[in-house]
Amino acid sequence: MSQKVLLSSKEIQIILHRLACQLLESHLDFSNTVLIGLQPRGIFLAERLTKLLKEEYKVKHIDLGSLDITFYRDDFRRGEKPLEANKTNINFLVEDKKVVLIDDVLYTGRSIRAALTAIQSFGRPAEIELLTLIDRRFSRHLPIQPNYRGRQVDAINNEKVKVLWKENDGKDIIYLINK
Amino acid sequence: MSELSVKHLLGIKYLNKSDIQLIFETADHFKEVINRSIKKVPSLRDITIANIFFENSTRTKLSFELAEKRLSADVINFSAGQSSVKKGETLIDTVNNILSMKVDMVVMRHPNPGAGIFLSKHVNASIVNAGDGAHEHPTQALLDSYSIRERFGQVAGKNIVIVGDILHSRVALSNIFALKLQGANVKVCGPKTLMPKHIESLGVTVETNLRKALEWCDVANMLRVQNERMDMSYFPTTREYAQQFGVNKALLNSLDKEITIMHPGPINRGVEITSDVADSDQSIILNQVENGVAIRMAVIYLLASKIK
Repeated sequence: MSQKVLLSSKEIQIILHRLACQLLESHLDFSNTVLIGLQPRGIFLAERLTKLLKEEYKVKHIDLGSLDITFYRDDFRRGEKPLEANKTNINFLVEDKKVVLIDDVLYTGRSIRAALTAIQSFGRPAEIELLTLIDRRFSRHLPIQPNYRGRQVDAINNEKVKVLWKENDGKDIIYLINK
Repeated sequence: MSELSVKHLLGIKYLNKSDIQLIFETADHFKEVINRSIKKVPSLRDITIANIFFENSTRTKLSFELAEKRLSADVINFSAGQSSVKKGETLIDTVNNILSMKVDMVVMRHPNPGAGIFLSKHVNASIVNAGDGAHEHPTQALLDSYSIRERFGQVAGKNIVIVGDILHSRVALSNIFALKLQGANVKVCGPKTLMPKHIESLGVTVETNLRKALEWCDVANMLRVQNERMDMSYFPTTREYAQQFGVNKALLNSLDKEITIMHPGPINRGVEITSDVADSDQSIILNQVENGVAIRMAVIYLLASKIK
């Protein structure tokens, strides 16, 4: 197993600022927009962006939720391990709102497919966008593309992208691991 | 732990502590799901479940059916009353006929103790016991403990008294197993005639004075007097039972603390508990019913994930 650093802490910081600015550009004061982090790993990115938007870019209020897609996945009973659920926390209606789904890595697109179904349980959004930190090119199983992407990478199937966050793993760093 | 240790839910006796923990954690997620505006998830869309009820039921049957539908499973219902069982078909034949229609899971209520266990040895499907005679009613015990956990944060260390017809009650037996497994202190209280011999061997204490039991407990689980299972007289009159073992508001108010009242339903109002108790803030009877759906969703989901 070998690993190389895809993005350092500094690079992640720069990308987060850029993503925050891009969100700001299309959503302005976020009065009609909600951010939804996907469980389990997308919530760190969603929280980080929310913090950045509030502290650095003076957005007064942002609705932030977390969405668990376990019960909406299409591989129930197909994997070796049973699927374990996480907490969903959406304390607002998404009816007629612009929803931005946030996840760390976009790979096959199946998680996002599940999230698109799951979010419908909370109302009918006006539109749904997708933000991902890492976009693994050429590996999609479904016609799903991000509206905002941090970095696009070409990774082959036995490679894995691992995103570590300061809050959870002690430091911000992204590895490309060759299994 | 992310997997149950069992393939069927036949009784609490066959579960371990981490199974219960897993069921509760999964039920937490489903409780959130059933409070959404759209209360349904697509997880079990490729699973078919047969609800086979050889004995009457309202709450349990509705609760199971709702849980199955909220998980998007296909559901077929079968009541013994209108079936070929009346023509002499055996249990295994009945169930195998149903299974040959490609059913993956069977939820069964049966008047004979051990019917679920028997079936699990002879047919190829996941079996969920929805009550087998006076033996076990595992999902009821799970939802009872879950409701206690919701009210108090945990079950361990709490004092629970189970009051009433212990002899005929599958709810009592399953509750005793579940509560002991989670480290609660359990008393049973009722007329001596409705107390099984050697019940102490399950690690519970017997109390025949209701007031003393209530003074000791945090939660009183009031069982229904099961007239349909009584082939003889176990107490002189219903009125006398109600006077000695019924809970009314005056009795509750005379205690020096506020205890929580539970009841598995259906209530004989005025016998086990009076209406003002059943409808008071101290009662969590309707919470139990709501939690029942979440618990059954969790059980079915976890068992279904083991079907290959």
